[in-house]
Amino acid sequence: MMREFKPMASSEMTLDPSLKTRIETRHVTVIYGQKAGVKDVTMPIYANKVTALIGPSGCGKTTFLRSLNRMHDLTPSARVTGEVLLDGINVYAAGVDPVEVRRKIGMVFQKPNPFPTLSIYGNVVAGLRLVGIRKKSLLDEAAERALRQAALWDEVKDRLHAPSMSLSGGQQQRLCIARALAVEPEVLLMDEPTSALDPISTQSIEDLLTELKNHVTIVIVTHNMQQAGRVSDFTGYFLNGEMVEFGPTSLLFTTPKDKRTEAYITGRFG
Amino acid sequence: MRSLQARYTRDRLILIVVIAGTILAALPLTLVLGYALVNGFSSLNWDFFTKGPKPPGELGGGMAPAIVGTLIITGTGLLIATPFGIAAGILLAEYPENKLNPTLRLLSDTLNGMPAVLKGLLAYVLVVKAQGSFSGLSGAVAMAFIMVPIIAKTTESVLKLVPWNIREAGLALGLPRWRVILSLVLPAARAGVVTGLLLATARAAGEAAPLIFTAFGNSLLTYNLLQPMDTLPLRLYAYAISPYEDWHRQAWAAAVVLLGLIVLTSLLARWVTRGR
Ligand SMILES: Nc1ncnc2c1ncn2[C@@H]1O[C@H](COP(=O)(O)OP(=O)(O)OP(=O)(O)O)[C@@H](O)[C@H]1O
Ligand SMILES: [Mg+2]
Repeated sequence: MMREFKPMASSEMTLDPSLKTRIETRHVTVIYGQKAGVKDVTMPIYANKVTALIGPSGCGKTTFLRSLNRMHDLTPSARVTGEVLLDGINVYAAGVDPVEVRRKIGMVFQKPNPFPTLSIYGNVVAGLRLVGIRKKSLLDEAAERALRQAALWDEVKDRLHAPSMSLSGGQQQRLCIARALAVEPEVLLMDEPTSALDPISTQSIEDLLTELKNHVTIVIVTHNMQQAGRVSDFTGYFLNGEMVEFGPTSLLFTTPKDKRTEAYITGRFG
Repeated sequence: MRSLQARYTRDRLILIVVIAGTILAALPLTLVLGYALVNGFSSLNWDFFTKGPKPPGELGGGMAPAIVGTLIITGTGLLIATPFGIAAGILLAEYPENKLNPTLRLLSDTLNGMPAVLKGLLAYVLVVKAQGSFSGLSGAVAMAFIMVPIIAKTTESVLKLVPWNIREAGLALGLPRWRVILSLVLPAARAGVVTGLLLATARAAGEAAPLIFTAFGNSLLTYNLLQPMDTLPLRLYAYAISPYEDWHRQAWAAAVVLLGLIVLTSLLARWVTRGR
């Protein structure tokens, strides 16, 4: 069940009433040992929209993104407080299985991380195979679809069974995107997915996001302002672990309310 | 200030002492190996591999039962030890938050430091007593006690070398942690784990002491794990302390075959990890 998001006392945000909130974070704080990586972030992530997270290096974008699908669970030094509501249910609540959460919320990491022991094909279908899907026609179909979506199909269709490590860095990143798409997540978290890609692949990935929006909710971290402007519907600006400003991308980029946001997007900072 | 000359002299002196020490340490080993090879090779013949032992005092015969027994007992021991050793290694490396881990580590370290003879005693109490007779199986259990801590330790250390991001990639696909470890992390550490298995095998295959009151020895060829079984180290020991010249000769031959098996296993371990 999706739920309506009640705008956070921001009357200026004249939001389309058909907007549904897919994820809502409430006072999310992530602490590494003693030091906070993310402080008290409350924001909505709207269904079937692209939300961009921007901000200078080290401001906590990756840290925040990882809190959404409980990736911090395995970092002993990291502690997450606050709530992440996925369709109204706190993913950190007792009794919620993080595996279920991650099955719904997929992730593409900042650095490509293909499985080194698996082939290109093996990587793409790993998420399906390892939950017990064996049917070859099904796997083949999923692999081709995901590789096409990630704009990698033409480059690898003749060597699907070559080692994944034989791909270039940018190809590996697209392979990781394909791998994340193959399990058909409802929400996709992408951490600078195109930072290692050439303009043409970047264009394909951006087109993909626009197309995926029809059935997937996307959160993308990017250092590229133009990209944020091109692909996202909403943008959150992070600084020093805090979310300084959040709003529709068009508004945030043209009439930022916070001086710091303005400084960042006009290039006078970061 | 001391002269440069004095420092050179001191440097020389220390070098000489170190070299002398190395030679002194390596000499006995080289002598034993050389002696075993020279004596052993000249005593190797077809009968040695195909015949069983002759009664005391009679010439000829061979060690077929001991060779077969060594292969069966170490092989069975490895089969028993592998799941336990790998499971322990996985727990120690991948589940550091597990409350049983300090106990497990203590157990593994204790087992690692325990003399092999005590492991034989353990197998005697657990298997021979229960079964009511000596058997190859009890010998294999004793071998497994030797292998488990070695396998656990190597598995733990190679798993820790697998890059962290593989686990994250797997988890982010919505896979359970155990599945990520078994299907994605363990295969990435495969070569190291296999090396651990081979090293454990080589280490256990040469043991005689824990087999004296478990596998016990048998001059007849048997493939039945529930019966007493011969092994090369057992037979070697028995022949070496016998008064018969011909048995001494065969003991050297057994030493060579045993050495050959162990070197082969170690080479296999090298080959598995080649280019790494
Ligand atoms: N595992 C960790 N342990 C301790 N501190 C960490 C850890 N990961 C990140 N941090 C710290 O948390 C802060 C936020 O880091 P994060 O990786 O979220 O930044 P980012 O916005 O993604 O930066 P970039 O744009 O460079 O990727 C940084 O100060 C960083 O040093
Ligand atoms: Mg980052």
